[in-house]
Amino acid sequence: MHMADALVSPAVAGTMYAVSAGTAVYAVKKIKPEDLDKKVPMMGVMGAFVFAAQMINFTIPGTGSSGHLCGGMLLSAILGPHAGFLTMIAILAIQSLMFADGGLLALGCNVWNMAFYGCFVGGGLIWRGMTGKKLTKGRITAASIIGCMLSLQLGAFSVTVETLISGITELPFSVFLSVMQPIHLAIGLVEGLITAAVLVFVGEARPETLSTDPSTLGKDGCMSRRKMVGALAASALLIGGVVSLFASGNPDGLEWSMEKVAGTAELSASGMLHQMAEKLQGITALLPDYGFQTLESAVGTSFSGIVGGMIVLAVCLFLCLAIKRLKHTGADKGNTGNEQN
Amino acid sequence: MSRISEAISDLHKMDMEAEKNGWLQGIHPLPKLLVTILFILLTVSFGKYDLSGLLKMGVYLIITYVLGDISIKQLLKRMKLVLAFVCLVGIWNPFFDREILFSLGNLSVTGGMISMVTLMVKGVYAVSASYLLMVTTSMEDLCYALRKIGVPKTFVTILMLVYRYIIVLLKEIERMMDGYMLRAPKEKGLHYKVWGTMIGQLLLRSMDRAQTVYDSMMLRGYNGEFHLRCKRAARRLDYLYTVGWSAALLIVRIW
Repeated sequence: MHMADALVSPAVAGTMYAVSAGTAVYAVKKIKPEDLDKKVPMMGVMGAFVFAAQMINFTIPGTGSSGHLCGGMLLSAILGPHAGFLTMIAILAIQSLMFADGGLLALGCNVWNMAFYGCFVGGGLIWRGMTGKKLTKGRITAASIIGCMLSLQLGAFSVTVETLISGITELPFSVFLSVMQPIHLAIGLVEGLITAAVLVFVGEARPETLSTDPSTLGKDGCMSRRKMVGALAASALLIGGVVSLFASGNPDGLEWSMEKVAGTAELSASGMLHQMAEKLQGITALLPDYGFQTLESAVGTSFSGIVGGMIVLAVCLFLCLAIKRLKHTGADKGNTGNEQN
Repeated sequence: MSRISEAISDLHKMDMEAEKNGWLQGIHPLPKLLVTILFILLTVSFGKYDLSGLLKMGVYLIITYVLGDISIKQLLKRMKLVLAFVCLVGIWNPFFDREILFSLGNLSVTGGMISMVTLMVKGVYAVSASYLLMVTTSMEDLCYALRKIGVPKTFVTILMLVYRYIIVLLKEIERMMDGYMLRAPKEKGLHYKVWGTMIGQLLLRSMDRAQTVYDSMMLRGYNGEFHLRCKRAARRLDYLYTVGWSAALLIVRIW
Protein backbone atom coordinates (compact mmCIF):
# COMPACT_ATOMS: atom_id res chain seq x y z
CA MET A 1 0.00 0.00 0.00
CA HIS A 2 3.06 2.27 -0.01
CA MET A 3 2.45 5.10 -2.46
CA ALA A 4 5.27 6.12 -4.76
CA ASP A 5 6.18 9.76 -5.46
CA ALA A 6 4.98 9.38 -9.04
CA LEU A 7 1.44 8.76 -7.85
CA VAL A 8 0.92 12.07 -6.10
CA SER A 9 0.76 15.66 -7.31
CA PRO A 10 2.64 18.36 -5.35
CA ALA A 11 -0.69 19.77 -4.08
CA VAL A 12 -1.83 16.43 -2.65
CA ALA A 13 1.65 15.62 -1.31
CA GLY A 14 1.90 19.02 0.38
CA THR A 15 -1.56 18.77 1.91
CA MET A 16 -0.93 15.28 3.25
CA TYR A 17 2.48 16.33 4.60
CA ALA A 18 0.81 19.19 6.46
CA VAL A 19 -1.95 16.95 7.85
CA SER A 20 0.49 14.20 8.90
CA ALA A 21 2.95 16.71 10.41
CA GLY A 22 0.10 18.29 12.37
CA THR A 23 -0.92 14.88 13.70
CA ALA A 24 2.73 14.13 14.61
CA VAL A 25 2.99 17.39 16.56
CA TYR A 26 -0.25 16.48 18.36
CA ALA A 27 1.17 13.01 19.14
CA VAL A 28 4.40 14.48 20.56
CA LYS A 29 2.38 16.85 22.74
CA LYS A 30 0.19 14.03 24.04
CA ILE A 31 3.18 12.08 25.37
CA LYS A 32 4.17 13.44 28.76
CA PRO A 33 7.66 15.03 28.65
CA GLU A 34 8.85 12.89 31.58
CA ASP A 35 7.68 9.75 29.75
CA LEU A 36 9.10 10.80 26.42
CA ASP A 37 12.78 10.30 27.32
CA LYS A 38 12.00 6.84 28.62
CA LYS A 39 9.77 5.97 25.71
CA VAL A 40 12.16 7.09 22.97
CA PRO A 41 14.56 4.10 23.25
CA MET A 42 11.54 1.79 23.49
CA MET A 43 10.06 3.39 20.37
CA GLY A 44 13.36 3.00 18.54
CA VAL A 45 13.79 -0.68 19.37
CA MET A 46 10.11 -1.47 18.78
CA GLY A 47 10.28 0.30 15.42
CA ALA A 48 13.24 -1.87 14.47
CA PHE A 49 11.30 -4.91 15.69
CA VAL A 50 8.31 -4.13 13.45
CA PHE A 51 10.61 -3.42 10.53
CA ALA A 52 12.36 -6.77 11.00
CA ALA A 53 9.07 -8.65 11.58
CA GLN A 54 7.76 -7.28 8.28
CA MET A 55 10.42 -9.38 6.55
CA ILE A 56 8.88 -12.65 7.75
CA ASN A 57 6.57 -14.63 5.50
CA PHE A 58 3.54 -15.89 7.40
CA THR A 59 1.97 -18.96 5.82
CA ILE A 60 -1.77 -18.49 5.29
CA PRO A 61 -3.50 -21.80 6.07
CA GLY A 62 -5.22 -23.49 3.13
CA THR A 63 -4.08 -21.01 0.47
CA GLY A 64 -0.44 -21.83 -0.19
CA SER A 65 0.39 -18.12 -0.09
CA SER A 66 1.89 -15.97 2.62
CA GLY A 67 1.14 -12.64 4.29
CA HIS A 68 3.10 -9.91 6.06
CA LEU A 69 2.82 -7.74 9.11
CA CYS A 70 2.25 -3.98 8.79
CA GLY A 71 2.53 -3.26 12.48
CA GLY A 72 0.64 -0.03 13.18
CA MET A 73 -1.89 -1.62 15.45
CA LEU A 74 0.67 -3.86 17.14
CA LEU A 75 2.79 -0.82 17.98
CA SER A 76 -0.23 1.03 19.34
CA ALA A 77 -1.20 -1.89 21.54
CA ILE A 78 2.29 -1.91 23.09
CA LEU A 79 3.32 1.75 23.07
CA GLY A 80 -0.03 3.53 22.89
CA PRO A 81 -1.42 5.28 19.78
CA HIS A 82 0.67 8.45 20.03
CA ALA A 83 4.05 6.82 20.50
CA GLY A 84 3.05 4.12 18.02
CA PHE A 85 2.21 6.76 15.42
CA LEU A 86 5.62 8.46 15.79
CA THR A 87 7.39 5.11 15.54
CA MET A 88 5.47 4.19 12.40
CA ILE A 89 6.56 7.47 10.79
CA ALA A 90 10.20 6.55 11.44
CA ILE A 91 9.64 3.09 9.93
CA LEU A 92 7.95 4.53 6.84
CA ALA A 93 10.71 7.13 6.42
CA ILE A 94 13.42 4.45 6.53
CA GLN A 95 11.47 2.22 4.16
CA SER A 96 11.18 5.02 1.63
CA LEU A 97 14.80 6.11 1.96
CA MET A 98 16.59 2.78 2.19
CA PHE A 99 14.34 0.40 0.29
CA ALA A 100 12.45 2.69 -2.11
CA ASP A 101 9.25 1.36 -0.55
CA GLY A 102 7.11 4.50 -0.84
CA GLY A 103 8.49 7.88 -1.80
CA LEU A 104 10.08 10.81 -0.03
CA LEU A 105 7.40 13.19 -1.31
CA ALA A 106 4.60 10.68 -0.78
CA LEU A 107 5.68 10.14 2.84
CA GLY A 108 2.90 12.40 4.12
CA CYS A 109 0.32 10.29 2.26
CA ASN A 110 1.84 7.02 3.48
CA VAL A 111 1.94 8.25 7.06
CA TRP A 112 -1.74 9.09 6.86
CA ASN A 113 -2.78 5.93 5.02
CA MET A 114 -0.85 3.49 7.17
CA ALA A 115 0.30 5.09 10.41
CA PHE A 116 -2.73 7.26 11.19
CA TYR A 117 -5.40 4.65 10.52
CA GLY A 118 -3.33 1.81 11.99
CA CYS A 119 -2.42 3.64 15.18
CA PHE A 120 -5.34 5.97 15.85
CA VAL A 121 -8.29 4.13 14.34
CA GLY A 122 -7.11 0.52 14.74
CA GLY A 123 -4.93 0.98 17.83
CA GLY A 124 -6.76 3.90 19.42
CA LEU A 125 -10.43 3.62 18.62
CA ILE A 126 -10.89 -0.13 18.20
CA TRP A 127 -8.20 -1.60 20.46
CA ARG A 128 -8.85 0.78 23.34
CA GLY A 129 -12.59 0.61 22.88
CA MET A 130 -12.75 -3.17 22.87
CA THR A 131 -10.07 -4.11 25.37
CA GLY A 132 -10.44 -1.14 27.74
CA LYS A 133 -12.79 -2.88 30.18
CA LYS A 134 -11.32 -6.35 30.20
CA LEU A 135 -8.35 -7.89 28.49
CA THR A 136 -9.46 -11.36 27.40
CA LYS A 137 -8.22 -13.63 24.64
CA GLY A 138 -11.44 -13.20 22.67
CA ARG A 139 -11.43 -9.41 22.98
CA ILE A 140 -7.77 -9.18 21.93
CA THR A 141 -8.45 -11.36 18.88
CA ALA A 142 -11.62 -9.54 17.88
CA ALA A 143 -10.05 -6.10 18.38
CA SER A 144 -6.97 -7.06 16.37
CA ILE A 145 -8.93 -8.43 13.43
CA ILE A 146 -11.51 -5.63 13.32
CA GLY A 147 -8.88 -2.95 13.90
CA CYS A 148 -6.52 -4.21 11.19
CA MET A 149 -9.30 -4.76 8.65
CA LEU A 150 -10.85 -1.36 9.27
CA SER A 151 -7.55 0.52 9.18
CA LEU A 152 -6.49 -1.20 5.98
CA GLN A 153 -9.83 -0.50 4.35
CA LEU A 154 -9.56 3.17 5.25
CA GLY A 155 -5.93 3.22 4.09
CA ALA A 156 -6.77 1.65 0.73
CA PHE A 157 -9.65 4.09 0.34
CA SER A 158 -7.29 7.02 0.98
CA VAL A 159 -4.77 5.70 -1.55
CA THR A 160 -7.51 5.63 -4.19
CA VAL A 161 -8.68 9.14 -3.34
CA GLU A 162 -5.17 10.62 -3.24
CA THR A 163 -4.23 9.05 -6.57
CA LEU A 164 -7.41 10.24 -8.23
CA ILE A 165 -7.19 13.78 -6.86
CA SER A 166 -3.60 13.89 -8.12
CA GLY A 167 -4.96 13.23 -11.61
CA ILE A 168 -2.50 10.40 -12.18
CA THR A 169 -4.76 7.66 -13.45
CA GLU A 170 -7.52 7.53 -16.03
CA LEU A 171 -9.05 4.60 -14.16
CA PRO A 172 -12.61 5.47 -13.05
CA PHE A 173 -12.99 5.88 -9.30
CA SER A 174 -15.41 2.98 -8.92
CA VAL A 175 -13.17 0.57 -10.84
CA PHE A 176 -10.07 1.60 -8.89
CA LEU A 177 -11.96 1.25 -5.64
CA SER A 178 -13.32 -2.17 -6.57
CA VAL A 179 -9.75 -3.36 -7.14
CA MET A 180 -8.24 -1.84 -4.01
CA GLN A 181 -10.84 -2.58 -1.34
CA PRO A 182 -11.30 -6.37 -1.68
CA ILE A 183 -7.54 -7.02 -1.87
CA HIS A 184 -7.00 -5.03 1.30
CA LEU A 185 -9.87 -6.77 3.01
CA ALA A 186 -7.97 -10.06 2.64
CA ILE A 187 -4.66 -8.42 3.60
CA GLY A 188 -6.32 -6.84 6.63
CA LEU A 189 -7.72 -10.17 7.76
CA VAL A 190 -4.28 -11.83 7.58
CA GLU A 191 -2.62 -8.93 9.35
CA GLY A 192 -5.35 -9.03 12.00
CA LEU A 193 -4.76 -12.73 12.61
CA ILE A 194 -0.98 -12.25 12.92
CA THR A 195 -1.43 -9.26 15.23
CA ALA A 196 -3.95 -11.23 17.31
CA ALA A 197 -1.60 -14.24 17.64
CA VAL A 198 1.26 -12.01 18.82
CA LEU A 199 -0.86 -9.92 21.20
CA VAL A 200 -2.58 -12.96 22.72
CA PHE A 201 0.86 -14.45 23.42
CA VAL A 202 2.14 -11.21 24.93
CA GLY A 203 -1.12 -10.77 26.86
CA GLU A 204 -0.63 -14.18 28.46
CA ALA A 205 3.12 -13.87 29.05
CA ARG A 206 3.26 -10.26 30.21
CA PRO A 207 -0.19 -8.68 30.37
CA GLU A 208 1.22 -5.49 31.92
CA THR A 209 3.02 -4.65 28.68
CA LEU A 210 -0.17 -4.21 26.68
CA SER A 211 -1.06 -0.56 26.51
CA THR A 212 -3.98 0.51 28.68
CA ASP A 213 -3.00 4.13 29.14
CA PRO A 214 -5.91 5.69 31.08
CA SER A 215 -5.29 9.14 29.61
CA THR A 216 -6.81 8.08 26.30
CA LEU A 217 -9.73 6.26 27.89
CA GLY A 218 -12.99 7.64 29.18
CA LYS A 219 -14.23 7.17 32.75
CA ASP A 220 -15.93 3.92 31.89
CA GLY A 221 -12.82 2.55 30.26
CA CYS A 222 -14.08 3.15 26.74
CA MET A 223 -12.75 5.65 24.26
CA SER A 224 -13.63 9.18 25.35
CA ARG A 225 -16.39 10.85 23.37
CA ARG A 226 -14.16 13.74 22.30
CA LYS A 227 -11.55 11.42 20.86
CA MET A 228 -14.14 9.32 19.14
CA VAL A 229 -15.71 12.42 17.60
CA GLY A 230 -12.25 13.59 16.50
CA ALA A 231 -11.50 10.29 14.80
CA LEU A 232 -14.90 10.21 13.16
CA ALA A 233 -14.50 13.82 11.99
CA ALA A 234 -11.22 12.88 10.31
CA SER A 235 -12.94 9.99 8.55
CA ALA A 236 -15.82 12.26 7.59
CA LEU A 237 -13.41 14.74 6.02
CA LEU A 238 -11.91 11.96 3.99
CA ILE A 239 -15.24 10.57 2.92
CA GLY A 240 -16.38 14.10 2.07
CA GLY A 241 -13.41 14.40 -0.24
CA VAL A 242 -14.36 11.18 -1.94
CA VAL A 243 -18.04 11.90 -2.21
CA SER A 244 -17.22 15.19 -3.91
CA LEU A 245 -15.63 13.19 -6.69
CA PHE A 246 -18.96 11.57 -7.33
CA ALA A 247 -20.65 14.95 -7.55
CA SER A 248 -23.17 14.79 -10.34
CA GLY A 249 -22.32 16.53 -13.56
CA ASN A 250 -25.96 17.54 -13.77
CA PRO A 251 -26.98 20.93 -12.39
CA ASP A 252 -28.19 21.15 -8.79
CA GLY A 253 -31.70 22.26 -7.90
CA LEU A 254 -30.99 26.00 -8.05
CA GLU A 255 -28.97 25.75 -11.27
CA TRP A 256 -31.69 23.60 -12.84
CA SER A 257 -34.31 26.18 -11.94
CA MET A 258 -32.16 29.01 -13.31
CA GLU A 259 -31.61 27.14 -16.55
CA LYS A 260 -35.37 26.69 -16.93
CA VAL A 261 -36.08 30.33 -16.18
CA ALA A 262 -33.12 32.23 -17.65
CA GLY A 263 -31.77 29.67 -20.12
CA THR A 264 -28.38 29.58 -18.38
CA ALA A 265 -27.05 28.41 -15.03
CA GLU A 266 -24.38 31.13 -14.86
CA LEU A 267 -25.93 34.58 -14.64
CA SER A 268 -23.59 37.37 -15.65
CA ALA A 269 -23.86 40.72 -13.95
CA SER A 270 -22.69 44.02 -15.34
CA GLY A 271 -21.43 46.91 -13.28
CA MET A 272 -18.03 47.84 -11.90
CA LEU A 273 -18.62 46.35 -8.45
CA HIS A 274 -19.62 42.97 -9.88
CA GLN A 275 -16.65 42.90 -12.22
CA MET A 276 -14.24 43.75 -9.40
CA ALA A 277 -15.73 41.04 -7.21
CA GLU A 278 -15.47 38.56 -10.08
CA LYS A 279 -11.80 39.43 -10.64
CA LEU A 280 -11.05 39.08 -6.92
CA GLN A 281 -12.81 35.74 -6.83
CA GLY A 282 -10.78 34.58 -9.83
CA ILE A 283 -7.57 35.39 -7.96
CA THR A 284 -8.54 33.95 -4.59
CA ALA A 285 -10.49 30.86 -5.64
CA LEU A 286 -8.17 27.92 -5.05
CA LEU A 287 -10.76 25.44 -6.15
CA PRO A 288 -12.81 27.01 -8.94
CA ASP A 289 -15.83 24.82 -9.70
CA TYR A 290 -14.58 22.41 -7.01
CA GLY A 291 -11.40 21.51 -8.91
CA PHE A 292 -7.75 22.44 -8.44
CA GLN A 293 -6.58 25.36 -10.53
CA THR A 294 -4.79 23.62 -13.37
CA LEU A 295 -1.47 24.88 -14.59
CA GLU A 296 -1.22 22.66 -17.63
CA SER A 297 -3.17 22.58 -20.81
CA ALA A 298 -4.86 19.27 -21.45
CA VAL A 299 -2.42 18.17 -24.07
CA GLY A 300 0.90 19.91 -24.04
CA THR A 301 3.13 17.52 -25.83
CA SER A 302 4.31 16.71 -29.27
CA PHE A 303 6.50 14.10 -30.85
CA SER A 304 9.23 16.65 -31.58
CA GLY A 305 9.19 17.75 -27.93
CA ILE A 306 9.74 14.20 -26.70
CA VAL A 307 12.52 13.61 -29.22
CA GLY A 308 14.07 16.91 -28.13
CA GLY A 309 14.02 15.80 -24.50
CA MET A 310 15.63 12.49 -25.37
CA ILE A 311 18.35 14.25 -27.36
CA VAL A 312 19.13 16.47 -24.37
CA LEU A 313 19.50 13.37 -22.18
CA ALA A 314 21.65 11.57 -24.77
CA VAL A 315 23.98 14.56 -25.19
CA CYS A 316 24.23 14.94 -21.43
CA LEU A 317 25.01 11.24 -20.94
CA PHE A 318 27.63 11.36 -23.69
CA LEU A 319 29.34 14.43 -22.19
CA CYS A 320 29.35 12.96 -18.67
CA LEU A 321 30.81 9.67 -19.86
CA ALA A 322 33.48 11.57 -21.81
CA ILE A 323 34.40 13.64 -18.73
CA LYS A 324 34.49 10.50 -16.59
CA ARG A 325 36.74 8.76 -19.11
CA LEU A 326 39.09 11.75 -19.25
CA LYS A 327 39.22 11.77 -15.44
CA HIS A 328 40.09 8.07 -15.30
CA THR A 329 42.69 8.40 -18.07
CA GLY A 330 44.28 11.29 -16.16
CA ALA A 331 44.30 9.29 -12.93
CA ASP A 332 45.80 6.23 -14.65
CA LYS A 333 48.56 8.36 -16.18
CA GLY A 334 49.29 9.84 -12.78
CA ASN A 335 49.54 6.38 -11.22
CA THR A 336 51.84 5.12 -13.99
CA GLY A 337 54.05 8.18 -13.53
CA ASN A 338 54.26 7.57 -9.77
CA GLU A 339 55.13 3.90 -10.30
CA GLN A 340 57.92 4.83 -12.74
CA ASN A 341 59.35 7.32 -10.21
CA MET B 1 19.83 -15.48 -0.39
CA SER B 2 16.80 -15.08 1.87
CA ARG B 3 14.81 -11.85 1.98
CA ILE B 4 16.16 -11.03 5.44
CA SER B 5 19.84 -11.56 4.59
CA GLU B 6 19.29 -9.60 1.39
CA ALA B 7 17.95 -6.67 3.42
CA ILE B 8 20.95 -6.84 5.79
CA SER B 9 23.34 -6.93 2.85
CA ASP B 10 21.57 -4.00 1.15
CA LEU B 11 21.83 -1.88 4.30
CA HIS B 12 25.54 -2.70 4.64
CA LYS B 13 26.17 -1.84 1.00
CA MET B 14 24.42 1.50 1.32
CA ASP B 15 26.37 2.35 4.46
CA MET B 16 29.63 1.48 2.73
CA GLU B 17 28.72 3.56 -0.34
CA ALA B 18 27.92 6.53 1.89
CA GLU B 19 31.32 6.26 3.58
CA LYS B 20 33.21 6.35 0.26
CA ASN B 21 35.52 9.22 -0.57
CA GLY B 22 33.74 10.50 -3.69
CA TRP B 23 32.99 14.16 -4.44
CA LEU B 24 29.26 13.66 -3.92
CA GLN B 25 29.82 12.01 -0.56
CA GLY B 26 31.94 15.04 0.34
CA ILE B 27 29.09 17.50 -0.20
CA HIS B 28 27.41 18.73 2.98
CA PRO B 29 24.24 16.70 3.73
CA LEU B 30 21.92 19.71 3.89
CA PRO B 31 22.43 20.83 0.24
CA LYS B 32 21.96 17.23 -0.91
CA LEU B 33 18.70 16.89 1.00
CA LEU B 34 17.36 20.22 -0.27
CA VAL B 35 18.29 19.54 -3.89
CA THR B 36 16.74 16.05 -3.71
CA ILE B 37 13.46 17.42 -2.33
CA LEU B 38 13.40 20.15 -4.97
CA PHE B 39 14.12 17.67 -7.75
CA ILE B 40 11.33 15.30 -6.71
CA LEU B 41 8.90 18.17 -6.22
CA LEU B 42 9.60 19.61 -9.66
CA THR B 43 9.50 16.16 -11.25
CA VAL B 44 6.04 15.32 -9.98
CA SER B 45 4.79 18.82 -10.84
CA PHE B 46 4.98 18.06 -14.58
CA GLY B 47 1.67 17.52 -16.29
CA LYS B 48 0.65 14.03 -17.28
CA TYR B 49 1.29 14.69 -20.99
CA ASP B 50 4.44 16.74 -20.51
CA LEU B 51 6.87 13.95 -21.26
CA SER B 52 9.24 16.14 -23.22
CA GLY B 53 9.79 18.50 -20.30
CA LEU B 54 10.08 15.64 -17.85
CA LEU B 55 12.77 13.90 -19.86
CA LYS B 56 14.99 16.95 -19.57
CA MET B 57 14.94 16.66 -15.78
CA GLY B 58 16.95 13.46 -16.22
CA VAL B 59 20.01 15.65 -16.82
CA TYR B 60 20.41 15.98 -13.03
CA LEU B 61 20.41 12.22 -12.54
CA ILE B 62 22.76 11.51 -15.43
CA ILE B 63 25.31 14.06 -14.28
CA THR B 64 25.26 12.99 -10.64
CA TYR B 65 25.21 9.24 -11.30
CA VAL B 66 27.90 9.24 -13.97
CA LEU B 67 30.24 11.79 -12.42
CA GLY B 68 29.58 10.50 -8.92
CA ASP B 69 30.45 6.92 -9.97
CA ILE B 70 27.20 5.58 -8.50
CA SER B 71 26.41 1.99 -9.38
CA ILE B 72 22.93 1.53 -10.83
CA LYS B 73 22.77 -2.20 -10.12
CA GLN B 74 21.29 -1.70 -6.66
CA LEU B 75 19.08 1.08 -7.96
CA LEU B 76 17.51 -1.21 -10.56
CA LYS B 77 16.72 -3.71 -7.81
CA ARG B 78 14.82 -1.05 -5.88
CA MET B 79 12.98 0.05 -9.00
CA LYS B 80 11.12 -3.26 -9.19
CA LEU B 81 9.05 -2.54 -6.14
CA VAL B 82 8.03 0.98 -7.09
CA LEU B 83 7.46 0.29 -10.75
CA ALA B 84 5.17 -2.62 -9.94
CA PHE B 85 2.61 -0.37 -8.21
CA VAL B 86 3.13 2.56 -10.57
CA CYS B 87 2.58 0.25 -13.56
CA LEU B 88 -0.52 -1.19 -11.94
CA VAL B 89 -2.02 2.30 -11.77
CA GLY B 90 -0.69 3.61 -15.09
CA ILE B 91 -1.30 0.58 -17.28
CA TRP B 92 -4.99 1.44 -17.55
CA ASN B 93 -4.41 4.92 -18.98
CA PRO B 94 -4.13 3.78 -22.66
CA PHE B 95 -7.51 2.06 -22.35
CA PHE B 96 -9.37 5.07 -21.01
CA ASP B 97 -7.60 7.98 -22.71
CA ARG B 98 -7.67 7.23 -26.43
CA GLU B 99 -7.25 10.74 -27.81
CA ILE B 100 -4.61 10.57 -30.55
CA LEU B 101 -1.80 13.06 -30.03
CA PHE B 102 0.42 12.20 -32.98
CA SER B 103 1.23 9.34 -35.32
CA LEU B 104 4.47 7.51 -35.86
CA GLY B 105 3.95 5.91 -39.25
CA ASN B 106 1.05 3.56 -38.72
CA LEU B 107 1.19 3.77 -34.95
CA SER B 108 -1.15 6.28 -33.37
CA VAL B 109 0.20 7.57 -30.08
CA THR B 110 -2.64 8.34 -27.68
CA GLY B 111 -2.78 10.55 -24.61
CA GLY B 112 -3.10 7.45 -22.43
CA MET B 113 0.16 6.02 -23.75
CA ILE B 114 2.00 9.26 -23.07
CA SER B 115 0.53 9.66 -19.58
CA MET B 116 1.47 6.04 -18.77
CA VAL B 117 5.09 6.59 -19.83
CA THR B 118 5.18 9.94 -17.99
CA LEU B 119 4.03 8.23 -14.81
CA MET B 120 6.71 5.57 -15.10
CA VAL B 121 9.43 8.13 -15.82
CA LYS B 122 8.33 10.09 -12.75
CA GLY B 123 8.55 6.92 -10.66
CA VAL B 124 12.03 6.11 -11.95
CA TYR B 125 13.27 9.66 -11.40
CA ALA B 126 11.93 9.94 -7.86
CA VAL B 127 13.42 6.60 -6.76
CA SER B 128 16.74 7.43 -8.42
CA ALA B 129 16.93 10.78 -6.62
CA SER B 130 16.15 9.24 -3.19
CA TYR B 131 18.64 6.44 -3.80
CA LEU B 132 21.29 8.97 -4.79
CA LEU B 133 20.76 10.82 -1.53
CA MET B 134 21.04 7.66 0.54
CA VAL B 135 24.16 6.22 -1.10
CA THR B 136 26.01 9.48 -0.73
CA THR B 137 24.83 10.43 2.77
CA SER B 138 25.08 8.43 5.99
CA MET B 139 22.04 8.17 8.26
CA GLU B 140 23.78 10.30 10.93
CA ASP B 141 24.42 13.05 8.37
CA LEU B 142 20.88 12.82 7.07
CA CYS B 143 19.50 13.13 10.60
CA TYR B 144 21.72 16.17 11.10
CA ALA B 145 20.27 17.72 7.93
CA LEU B 146 16.73 16.92 9.09
CA ARG B 147 17.38 18.70 12.39
CA LYS B 148 18.71 21.69 10.43
CA ILE B 149 15.47 21.99 8.46
CA GLY B 150 13.47 21.94 11.70
CA VAL B 151 12.38 18.32 12.13
CA PRO B 152 11.74 17.83 15.90
CA LYS B 153 14.53 16.19 17.91
CA THR B 154 12.22 13.47 19.24
CA PHE B 155 11.44 12.25 15.77
CA VAL B 156 15.08 12.41 14.61
CA THR B 157 16.17 10.43 17.69
CA ILE B 158 13.55 7.75 17.01
CA LEU B 159 14.67 7.59 13.37
CA MET B 160 18.31 7.13 14.42
CA LEU B 161 17.46 4.46 16.96
CA VAL B 162 15.21 2.52 14.58
CA TYR B 163 17.95 2.57 11.97
CA ARG B 164 20.63 1.46 14.44
CA TYR B 165 18.60 -1.47 15.73
CA ILE B 166 17.24 -2.67 12.40
CA ILE B 167 20.37 -4.66 11.61
CA VAL B 168 20.53 -6.10 15.15
CA LEU B 169 16.93 -7.31 14.99
CA LEU B 170 17.14 -8.45 11.38
CA LYS B 171 20.07 -10.66 12.36
CA GLU B 172 18.11 -12.00 15.31
CA ILE B 173 15.11 -12.80 13.11
CA GLU B 174 17.40 -14.39 10.54
CA ARG B 175 18.81 -16.72 13.22
CA MET B 176 15.31 -17.57 14.44
CA MET B 177 14.05 -18.27 10.93
CA ASP B 178 17.12 -20.36 10.07
CA GLY B 179 16.48 -22.46 13.19
CA TYR B 180 12.79 -22.77 12.33
CA MET B 181 13.43 -23.71 8.70
CA LEU B 182 15.88 -26.42 9.74
CA ARG B 183 13.17 -27.95 11.89
CA ALA B 184 10.35 -27.38 9.41
CA PRO B 185 11.96 -27.67 5.98
CA LYS B 186 8.67 -28.13 4.12
CA GLU B 187 7.21 -24.82 5.31
CA LYS B 188 7.37 -21.84 2.94
CA GLY B 189 6.86 -19.39 5.76
CA LEU B 190 6.03 -19.34 9.44
CA HIS B 191 3.25 -21.85 10.25
CA TYR B 192 0.19 -20.23 11.80
CA LYS B 193 0.49 -22.33 14.97
CA VAL B 194 3.78 -20.62 15.85
CA TRP B 195 2.93 -17.06 14.75
CA GLY B 196 2.27 -15.94 18.30
CA THR B 197 5.10 -17.73 20.08
CA MET B 198 7.86 -16.91 17.59
CA ILE B 199 7.06 -13.26 17.05
CA GLY B 200 5.80 -12.79 20.61
CA GLN B 201 9.11 -14.10 22.01
CA LEU B 202 11.04 -11.77 19.76
CA LEU B 203 8.81 -8.89 20.81
CA LEU B 204 9.38 -9.57 24.50
CA ARG B 205 13.12 -9.88 23.94
CA SER B 206 13.07 -6.59 22.01
CA MET B 207 11.29 -4.91 24.90
CA ASP B 208 13.91 -6.18 27.33
CA ARG B 209 16.58 -4.94 24.97
CA ALA B 210 14.90 -1.52 24.86
CA GLN B 211 15.03 -1.35 28.67
CA THR B 212 18.74 -2.23 28.63
CA VAL B 213 19.35 0.38 25.94
CA TYR B 214 17.54 3.00 28.01
CA ASP B 215 19.51 2.10 31.16
CA SER B 216 22.83 2.32 29.37
CA MET B 217 21.86 5.59 27.70
CA MET B 218 20.96 7.06 31.08
CA LEU B 219 24.29 5.91 32.53
CA ARG B 220 26.04 7.74 29.71
CA GLY B 221 24.21 10.98 30.53
CA TYR B 222 21.35 10.86 28.00
CA ASN B 223 19.11 13.88 28.48
CA GLY B 224 16.56 13.39 25.75
CA GLU B 225 18.65 14.35 22.76
CA PHE B 226 21.32 12.81 20.58
CA HIS B 227 23.92 15.45 19.88
CA LEU B 228 24.29 15.16 16.15
CA ARG B 229 27.14 16.91 14.46
CA CYS B 230 28.29 17.09 10.89
CA LYS B 231 31.79 15.89 10.12
CA ARG B 232 32.68 19.28 8.65
CA ALA B 233 31.36 22.79 8.14
CA ALA B 234 29.75 23.96 4.92
CA ARG B 235 32.21 25.07 2.22
CA ARG B 236 31.89 27.23 -0.86
CA LEU B 237 31.34 24.13 -3.00
CA ASP B 238 28.27 23.22 -0.92
CA TYR B 239 26.67 26.62 -1.54
CA LEU B 240 27.56 26.35 -5.22
CA TYR B 241 25.99 22.87 -5.37
CA THR B 242 22.73 24.12 -3.85
CA VAL B 243 22.43 27.32 -5.86
CA GLY B 244 23.67 25.75 -9.09
CA TRP B 245 21.35 22.75 -9.05
CA SER B 246 18.36 24.71 -7.79
CA ALA B 247 18.74 27.25 -10.57
CA ALA B 248 19.35 24.59 -13.20
CA LEU B 249 16.35 22.52 -12.16
CA LEU B 250 14.05 25.53 -12.04
CA ILE B 251 15.23 26.64 -15.49
CA VAL B 252 14.59 23.15 -16.89
CA ARG B 253 11.13 23.13 -15.27
CA ILE B 254 10.15 26.54 -16.61
CA TRP B 255 11.81 26.06 -20.01
